[in-house]
Amino acid sequence: MVMLTNPVIEVSNLCKTYKSIAAIDDVSFQVHEGEIFGLLGPNGAGKTTTVECLQGLRRRDSGTISVLGLDPEIDASNLKKQIGSQLQESALPDRMKVWEALALFASTGAVAVDWSTLIEQWGLKEKRDAAFGTLSGGQRQRLLIALALVNNPKVVFLDEMTTGLDPAARRVTWDLIKAIRDRGTTVILVTHFMDEAENLCDRIAIMNNGKLAAMDTPQNLINIHANLIRVIFSTERNDIEWLKNIPHVHDFSRHGQRIEVQGDGPVLALVASELVKHGIVPLDLRKEQPSLEDVFLKITGRSVVE
Amino acid sequence: MKSLLKLTWVELKLFFREPLTLVFTFALPVVFLLVMGGVFGNKPDTTGMHIYRGVGAVNYYNPAYIALVLASIGIVAMPVHLTAYRERRVLRRFHASSFSVWNIIGSQVLVSFFIAILGSILLTVVSMLVYHSEAPKMWGYLIPAFILGTLCFTSLGVMLGAILPNTRAAQGVGLMLFFVMMILGGAGPPPEVMGTVMRDVGKATPIWYVIRLLQDPWLGFGWNVITSLIVGGITLTATAITVKFFKWD
Repeated sequence: MVMLTNPVIEVSNLCKTYKSIAAIDDVSFQVHEGEIFGLLGPNGAGKTTTVECLQGLRRRDSGTISVLGLDPEIDASNLKKQIGSQLQESALPDRMKVWEALALFASTGAVAVDWSTLIEQWGLKEKRDAAFGTLSGGQRQRLLIALALVNNPKVVFLDEMTTGLDPAARRVTWDLIKAIRDRGTTVILVTHFMDEAENLCDRIAIMNNGKLAAMDTPQNLINIHANLIRVIFSTERNDIEWLKNIPHVHDFSRHGQRIEVQGDGPVLALVASELVKHGIVPLDLRKEQPSLEDVFLKITGRSVVE
Repeated sequence: MKSLLKLTWVELKLFFREPLTLVFTFALPVVFLLVMGGVFGNKPDTTGMHIYRGVGAVNYYNPAYIALVLASIGIVAMPVHLTAYRERRVLRRFHASSFSVWNIIGSQVLVSFFIAILGSILLTVVSMLVYHSEAPKMWGYLIPAFILGTLCFTSLGVMLGAILPNTRAAQGVGLMLFFVMMILGGAGPPPEVMGTVMRDVGKATPIWYVIRLLQDPWLGFGWNVITSLIVGGITLTATAITVKFFKWD
């Protein structure tokens, strides 16, 4: 794929070790202007450490990092004025009010920002004068995301941003993040939610054990790593070994009455016609497209739900 | 600079929203002054024991309790505030924006000064109104003494905030140090009547020197170079320890 825009983030051979455990092991990638780049991986994969190194919050052991043309370790304070950050597990003083936090963090940016729009967009208008300590988990999270955007950043880092948000708020958040991307802001999204990554990200890097295991658009990842379609139906019959002989069928498995056939291409139609020929007419015959979850499972060997 | 002033303003408001801190900083020293004045009056000692450095009790306690205000800010309030910041990852949030460690410490210093001035005025006004205590005699020495004393306790507060592992430790250590200092360091019973052991313990606390630093110009005794060097030395040592041990998370 040809990218016409400049990379705003360039990471080469990044390594970071904690007490002899390699948290990041030779990771290289580029993020282009105006894309939502997802870092996906199981707990302890090195996602958070990677974005912390990118933001100048942690020192790397080796490798090079350039964010907006700056080295986060050398030009930290200059860089921090131009990036936004929502950290996993951070907080504000309990007695600090919502508007005070926005006004305070707005002052750190390179340009003056009007934060009154943010307070409305992120549904905090009624909580303007409420203290941080009195906010619900979801309200806190929304405030922390708003704080990441309050200095009009060119690049924004969001680490598990929808943790603690209810399903409706997650959808709203996704739309707002897409709108930010459409205005030209580059977004780095750390997540372990498959639907979030699939919905939001232009490109995804899957990390596992500190290594970059795969990197591509969500659709390409699915096409390359999880190209098998699942055909699912129920039957009580046991004599179904002939399923394996159908063209385009790779394999099948049985879980009680539920049969799961794996195949590719026109497998659904072929299976359906063979079923009818053998006198099986299931009511629940259906096809499941491979998803990012299948890719994740295949690459990391573990399910996200641990 | 803009970040520092904004942060200082917010920190100042946060200080006034913390009831326990307000009690320790504004109420407790005033209450002690009223009680000590009620018990001992303000007539200089005539027994020849030179109790209260030879001056009236209230005249003695007024600058002493100003030192107690400084101690309350630095030893009770600040360590808890800063350890809570680290524990709850507020510091990380500041660090991720362009707030520097000097913004964080600078705002604490500025807040300390503001609160210290306010507490001192309150204390002195009460002391003058209720017990007709004497006004400070040597302002030219008192102002630098006040600045040095405030810096000393602020540096100790930031240091405790940097080295203590969590809020619980900060609360325990802070309160213990505060009360030991208050009782033995010269803001409790007159040091002249204490036994040598207790007086030596009192002399091992920073407040002993800060009280004398403030009392000397207040009472017209001048400026004691050794006292000021000790207070300055404590400040520098605490700052050095802070620089060495400060962590964002």
